[in-house]
Order: sequence, then C-alpha cells, then structure tokens
Amino acid sequence: MHPDLILAAGVSSPAIADAVASAIRLTTPLLLTALGAVFTERGGVVNIGLEGMMIFGAFWSAWGAYTYGPLAGLAIGAVAGAIMALVHAIVSVTFRVDQIVSGVAINTLAYGLVRVASQALFHSATTSPSVPSLPRIDVPVLDQIPALQPLMANLSPLIVFAFVLVPVSWWVLNRTVFGLRLRSVGENPLAADTLGINVVLMRYSGVLISGLLAGLAGGYLAVEQTSMYVEGMTAGRGFVALAAMIFGNWTPVGAMFASLLFGLADSLSIRVTIPHVPYQFVNSLPYILTIVVLAGAVGHARAPAADGVPYERSGE
Amino acid sequence: MKGLRKGYAWAIVLMLIVSLLATACGQKPAPPQQTEQPQWKVGIVYDVGGRGDLSFNDMAAAGLDQARQEFGTKLQTSELEPTGTGEDREALLRTLAEQGYQLIFGVGFLFTDAIANVAKDFPNTKFAIIDSCPEGNLPNVACLQFKENEGSFLVGAAAALKTKTNTVGFVGGMQIPLIEKFEAGYTAGVYYINPKIKVISKYAGTTSDAFANPTKGYELATAEYQAGADIVYHASGKTGEGVFKAAAEQKKLAIGVDADQSLTAPEDERPYILTSMRKKVDVAVYDTIKAFTQGQFTAGPQYFGLKEGGVDYSINQYNKDMMSDIQPKLDELKQKIISGEIVVPTSMKEFNDTFKKAVGSSGH
Repeated sequence: MHPDLILAAGVSSPAIADAVASAIRLTTPLLLTALGAVFTERGGVVNIGLEGMMIFGAFWSAWGAYTYGPLAGLAIGAVAGAIMALVHAIVSVTFRVDQIVSGVAINTLAYGLVRVASQALFHSATTSPSVPSLPRIDVPVLDQIPALQPLMANLSPLIVFAFVLVPVSWWVLNRTVFGLRLRSVGENPLAADTLGINVVLMRYSGVLISGLLAGLAGGYLAVEQTSMYVEGMTAGRGFVALAAMIFGNWTPVGAMFASLLFGLADSLSIRVTIPHVPYQFVNSLPYILTIVVLAGAVGHARAPAADGVPYERSGE
Repeated sequence: MKGLRKGYAWAIVLMLIVSLLATACGQKPAPPQQTEQPQWKVGIVYDVGGRGDLSFNDMAAAGLDQARQEFGTKLQTSELEPTGTGEDREALLRTLAEQGYQLIFGVGFLFTDAIANVAKDFPNTKFAIIDSCPEGNLPNVACLQFKENEGSFLVGAAAALKTKTNTVGFVGGMQIPLIEKFEAGYTAGVYYINPKIKVISKYAGTTSDAFANPTKGYELATAEYQAGADIVYHASGKTGEGVFKAAAEQKKLAIGVDADQSLTAPEDERPYILTSMRKKVDVAVYDTIKAFTQGQFTAGPQYFGLKEGGVDYSINQYNKDMMSDIQPKLDELKQKIISGEIVVPTSMKEFNDTFKKAVGSSGH
C-alpha cells in the first residue's frame, strides 16, 4: 500500500510504476488507431472517420466476444472497422468526395448503425451484456523485478501486440515494396500512376489498414478494458489518435511517442492531486497539452504532399 | 467535373441514409393498447438509452409498468425515447402534450429546460421531471427529487464499518452538484463512523460523457485501490462498470448506485459488490401516477428520502452474508436520519462547514 501520488510530497517507485502501467493501458487504443492513421494518410487519404470505426469495432467486438469468445470478438471488431473503412474508401477514393465530409458521415453513420444493431442484438440501445476478455499474460523474467512488476505482469495481449506493431509498421512502410508504393501514392499520385502503380488499390489498402486497426482499438476498449460495450465509450479517442499521428510526424515511431505522451498525461490527471489547484484544471491538462503540442509541432511536421487530395486521372 | 458532381450525389445519399437511420431508431411510439376509452393518459419520455439501460430509465419504466398493472385498461400510456444525443427531448414532450396526454414524465435532469418550455405552452397538462426542478415555480410541474445524500450516508457508514485499511474511495461521473450530493452524503457517513478514515474522491469528467466512460472508471478505481482504499463507491452511471471490473481484479470491494447492481453485475464481479445505494425512481414514478389518478397531483419539489422509501441500501442473496453483521448499525442510523437526529449534508461545503462540527459537538 502506498499513498496517492501527491506532487508536493515524495513519490514512491511502485506508485510511479502503477501510474506508468495505467498510462500504457490508456495509450494502447490511441497507439493502434494512430498506427492505422499513419497508413491511410501516407497513402494520401485523410481519415477523420477513425472515431466512427472505433465505435463500430467496439460494438461488433463485444458482440463477437459475447457470441464466439474474445479472440473471435477482436477479429470481428477489426473486420467491422475495416468495413466502415471500405465505405470511406469507396466514397472518397472511387467517388472522390471530400475526405473530410466522408469522414464526418462515417462517424455519424457508425453511431446510428451501432444503436440499431445494439437494440436488435442486445435489446438495449446503449449497452451489451458482460463479455469475456483474453487471458492476461506476464512478460517472462521482467515480471520478476518488483519495480517493473505492474508494467510487466497481468497484461492484455493486445498491449504487447500494439507495441510490437510499431517496428513492424516502420518496416512495412520503409522497407517493403508495398510501403514504397503506398508512400509514393501519397506524395505524388500522378507520378506513381505513370510508373504503373495502381493508385486506387494502394489508397484502398491504406484506408482499410486504418479501419482494421481502429476497429481493433475499439475492440481493446470493449473486450479487453471494460468487458462490455457501452455507448460513447470511445470518448473522442479516435480524434486524439489522429492528433497523435500528426504530432508524430506521420511516422509509426513518432505516433507511438505521441500516443504515450497523451496516455501519460491522461494517467497523471487521474492519479496526481496537486494541492490548491482546481480538479477541473488537472483533468483538462491532456487536452491543453494536445493543443499546445499541436500548435508547436505541426509547424515542423510535414504531411504527405498529396494528403487529402482526391486523385483523378486526367482525360477521364 | 463529372466525377465531382457524382461525388456530391453520393455524399447526399449518405447523409440521407444517416438521417433516416437516426429517425428510425429514435421514434418508437407504443401502439395503441385498447379500443375502449381510457380514463387517464400518461406519457413518459426516457432519456437517451431508453428501456433496457439496466439503470435509470429501466427503473422509471418499472414504475410505469406497476401503474399499468394496477390500473389496466383505465390507463393509456405512451413511451418515447430521444434520438442520438437527445436534442429532440422538447419535441417529444410537445408531441405527447398535443396528443392529449394528461401527465407527462421527463426522465432525468437533462429535461429541465425542455419541460419548462412545454409546460408553459400547455398549462392544463401536468408534467413531472425526475432529478431536477425548472425555475419559476410552474404550477403544473412536479419535481421528483431524491435525497441521494441520505442513501449515500448509509453506504458510507457501511464502507467505514467494513474497511480494513481505514481508506475508502469515491468515483463520481460528471462533476455537478447532483453528484456531489452523493459524495457529501458518503463522506459524511464515513466520517460519522470514524473521522480518521480517509476518503479519496475522484470524478470522471465535467461533461455528460463522464457517465459513459468505463475505461476511465476502471483507471480511477484502480488508482484509488492502489492508493490504499479497499472499498470504492461509484455514482457514475456506466462509468461504474469499470469500477466493478477494477474491484474484481484487485479483489477489493465496490458499492453500486441507483439500481441494486449486484443483481445485474456479471457473476465474477458479484462477490466484490458490498451493497448498492438504491434510488427508487420506480417508487417516485408510481406514486406520482397514483396521486394523479386520485386527483392529488402536487406541483413543485417533492423529495424522496429514507423516510419516503425513495432511497435505501440494498440487501440481496449475494451480499446478505457480507452485510449481516453491520445491518443493525445501518438500520439504527437510518432511524436517526428519519427522526432528524442526523442531518445529512447535501454538499461538500455543508459537510465541511456544519456537519463536521455537529458530529464533533455531539461527542460522537
């Protein structure tokens, strides 16, 4: 037992480890979504529908976990996110609708569809019954070190998966033909097209990957974190993840650090009590941090040149 | 250009689908239930979530069901539920009033402005709102409010009697005076039993989504347990689902709110729910309908406290063994509150300014 973290007083090391463990749990959904966002934006498609894809993933993963178990549930959640992403891709890549408009529509659509489905499947518009989670895992060896114990024991496998996905994403983007083609389509689709790269296919892939990961992030919230679906449980995390991806300069590693920063800020706002400072101020810190960081960082960040620009072959 | 125009067409189609869905999932007027002329027409507009939320709306519905059972065909009822984020609360109330419903309920404090507006336009229709009271003493609006602080006092006392670490916790939803009333009652109950017990209080946020953020509830409760609390009381709606999960994981206790949450919790979390602070919305709804049918509708604030059976702590088959040793003490406190010997504070300010002194001087 240790006291609540109080900034004025001394801080014990298990308290720090607990706070960091909490930060990592809060980071995971942001990280998964932000990694997906890197793929869609590097391919040149802005996706502000991530929040809707997360909502969709959260609901369908809860349904899947309820019906077929947690692993199938998470897979179904990811596929559900990808289905929403497919809608976004059809509308914004094939039909070249403004990507922002399509993203907003996705968010509204997901919200409405999930309500209807929840009413039909769970007989409640806003909540699912309790669903099973994946078994928790311990990182071998490291979980024996007392100071690291809260960080390394009793973890959701998805947390490990999310962090392993960071180097994998880097490798895919920077060291594979697919990654090169995806990036070229985001920078200069006309040149890529001239070289025989299928622009539409590449852009679909990017958007679909973002949907898969956002759906999985929703699944993490519902199946792993809460063991049930609750309407509104994504609480704007899709937008925060988008901000993390931009702050992370459209790179997987950057997105990871930005997600960690937001997760840590969130965890500290939960755990730190600063005497004589209004509680609301501490609670709004993550959001203030988001704005400050974006205002400071975006100047230096560089978006893919053709990000957000629909590609249309001339002469069509 | 052709592609662009095609694109807009698609956007419009998409928007149409969205709005269609939004309408389709919100409006569910109950089919007319009988052909013979009913004596009373009672309507109810739930808050977002509607029937099946296992909480507030469901309890209001239970009150209505009870009245329906008692009055049978003499009572015609209609139930509506707002769409999405609930901007159409006022429109739904107005619809019922125009259809000649004589008594119309708005379930929840978010109806405050809507009910005030509609009540002014339909002076001959009676309205009842739960958990709030519009300003201006409207002659046709009954305000059904609960003394959540009294029920919270009892569960606070229960926590204080059960804690082994001399530290207990509180997780609130949205930080508003209504939820602070729970916190104040709880803190006072703990203090009354033992002033040395520490209460750690945290809130999930300052907007209404603080009631639907179980991830945050889990983190808040985990933080409180890790800081030494062994019992955490939540007054945070669905956010509390995360509190129960944290309790089960840490093998510590939690206290539920509004409904008897031991009954709806998943099996593996049940042993960790000490009790629940019951807020009997069903009693308030039923009593109001009953009074109305007897021609005794009363406008203005009405309070449902321990005395009126509006709040209580819960005993059920799952927690009765855990609670049996402290029940006599809790019932003694209940009587003291009913008799007025203990005045439970309604805000943290009242707790700090008057309650602490009162307890100190009574030599408790």
